[in-house]
Amino acid sequence: METMEPILKIDNLKTSFMTSNGEVQAVRGVSFSVNKGEILGIVGESGSGKSVTSMSILRLLADTAKIKEGTISFGGENLIEVSKKRMRQIRGEKISMIFQDPMSSLNPLIPVGKQVEEMIREHHPDRSREDAKKEVLELFEKVRIPEPEKRYKCFPHEFSGGMRQRVMIAMALANKPELLIADEPTTALDVTIQDQILKQLRELEKEYGTSIIFITHDLGVVAELCDRVIVMYGGLIMEEASIFDIFEHPGHPYTMGLLASIPDVEQDKSVRLMPIPGSPPDMTNPPKGCPFAPRCPYARKVCAQELPEFVQVGEAHKTRCFLQYPDAPADEHNPFRKQ
Amino acid sequence: MSNQNILEVRDLTKHFKAGSKQVVHAVDGVSFTLARGKTLGLVGESGCGKSSCARTIIRMYDVTSGQVILDGIDITHMNQRELKPLRKKMQMIFQDPYASLNARMTVRDIIAEPLLAHGIVKSKEEANELVYPILDRVGLTKEHANRYAHEFSGGQRQRVGIARALVLQPDLIICDEPISALDVSIQAQVINLLKDYQDEKGISYLFIAHDLSMVRYVSDEVGVMYLGQLVEVCESNEIYKNPLHPYTKGLLGSIPIANPRLARQKVKSSIEGDIPSPIHPPEGCRFHTRCPYARPECSMEKPQMKDVGGGHLVACHLYG
Repeated sequence: METMEPILKIDNLKTSFMTSNGEVQAVRGVSFSVNKGEILGIVGESGSGKSVTSMSILRLLADTAKIKEGTISFGGENLIEVSKKRMRQIRGEKISMIFQDPMSSLNPLIPVGKQVEEMIREHHPDRSREDAKKEVLELFEKVRIPEPEKRYKCFPHEFSGGMRQRVMIAMALANKPELLIADEPTTALDVTIQDQILKQLRELEKEYGTSIIFITHDLGVVAELCDRVIVMYGGLIMEEASIFDIFEHPGHPYTMGLLASIPDVEQDKSVRLMPIPGSPPDMTNPPKGCPFAPRCPYARKVCAQELPEFVQVGEAHKTRCFLQYPDAPADEHNPFRKQ
Repeated sequence: MSNQNILEVRDLTKHFKAGSKQVVHAVDGVSFTLARGKTLGLVGESGCGKSSCARTIIRMYDVTSGQVILDGIDITHMNQRELKPLRKKMQMIFQDPYASLNARMTVRDIIAEPLLAHGIVKSKEEANELVYPILDRVGLTKEHANRYAHEFSGGQRQRVGIARALVLQPDLIICDEPISALDVSIQAQVINLLKDYQDEKGISYLFIAHDLSMVRYVSDEVGVMYLGQLVEVCESNEIYKNPLHPYTKGLLGSIPIANPRLARQKVKSSIEGDIPSPIHPPEGCRFHTRCPYARPECSMEKPQMKDVGGGHLVACHLYG
């Protein structure tokens, strides 16, 4: 956080899927950067484009997907333009990723220790097997896999979900990457195990100074872990702010809606939850205006017709909403202007 | 006047065979009562037996031992024919709205099926008179009736599942993780729907979930399960304000707090390690292998459920 130099900078990224129903515009012009040593949260519902954004960074998209526009600058290179070979070097060495389902990311036929060892030797062919194995055992210890020596030889199916995710984290950190992308890494886990994994990520971030992009739909997890948050909806960034601003001064009706729809542990039970009515937009035919307008309690005529700009509303706080424009009317239907 | 308790579960046990010799102790001696018009939440980690418990109560699984009493009638050993008229009273909503709806039936037919099966209506035309109002009740329209499940979003599918359960006007609905597959903004829609219906009709819910803050929000009472056994049962606010069992404390300490300042101040009391295998559950208190307060007797003797005051039940040697 102290040094504000970005290690990753994404500019106007647009990614689409070509399907039999036409073009699905999953990401429609996303720009953000990740600073050194920070944990950036990306929040959004299914279909908001949060996972497609991260898959675009690593160029791990399905064949039907296409990055149509934009630049992804990382370490002086544009990741959209580098060769496949170079991308393979970057993946796992400079940027690594952990996924929601560790079982499908591990090879069921190879002992877990071997898989992590391969990861090291792939990027450091000069290292001997013995050295690599020693490193693996150290990593296992670091991510708190008990009895590393014994576990090294186990197969993924012999591990619980939490244990598998630890193996994935060990693998992701094997080459001390500059950036770790974690896509819903705890969603499939129990809260007790989630808690252990989050703690681990926080410690590792401190120790290695690795920047983390943490993708999730769980606002509680974001509150615990992240320094800064991006809220995505309909393939666009709707709000970007520090963790405190997002929760204490949300600047977009969608963010406000998300916060109002979760009960907190102290909430009075007689107070009704305030759900967001309706459902997310169909991205084969995205709305012309603000994608949230059809569900927004404050929407006006202009919202359905034009897409609002991403405007600055505070220090490092930006939002995409007409009601936040300096010339927006100040009446009781504007939650940002009434006193 | 019918019974005050819609459901009574006494010492319910469900064991599954795993291979030729091993036995999975999925549910082991669970007892609770659910009052009419109330909601009991069951929480615990995956593998704690909460879903097995639900499925045994509704007799999707045969009971190994113990008793299930629905509205004063012992249904533990009834055969399917005897059970059929009682099924109207007890319906279930499942976790996965993608897997629990027949892909080849229209929404109308999915909702009409239980009506026809129970002989409440004689024809599909007659069924419509009940199907349309219930669709409306769950926030869908007449136009949705002729569509197939795949045309709907997850939240809409879950509404169809709820409509199918509600159409029989049951007294009890067992909700097995009804919202965990849904997006946050949709979860609250479904929860409000369930709560409103309860206020209207005085229906009871057995609400199973791992999202503790949601469980507290919907439930009157909460039961915490660990490895097939209930370890603590009490009024839902009480369990959050004054948790007694070390497992409940750890479980609550693990919930992420959606408040960045509190989350950064809190000293977390979390639980280390994984849940042990239900094939060889630990002797004595099943939690003693992960319990920070375990004493020698904990590994030897199973703690009994005790009322520590005001109906707050806990099974732990620390309170005795």
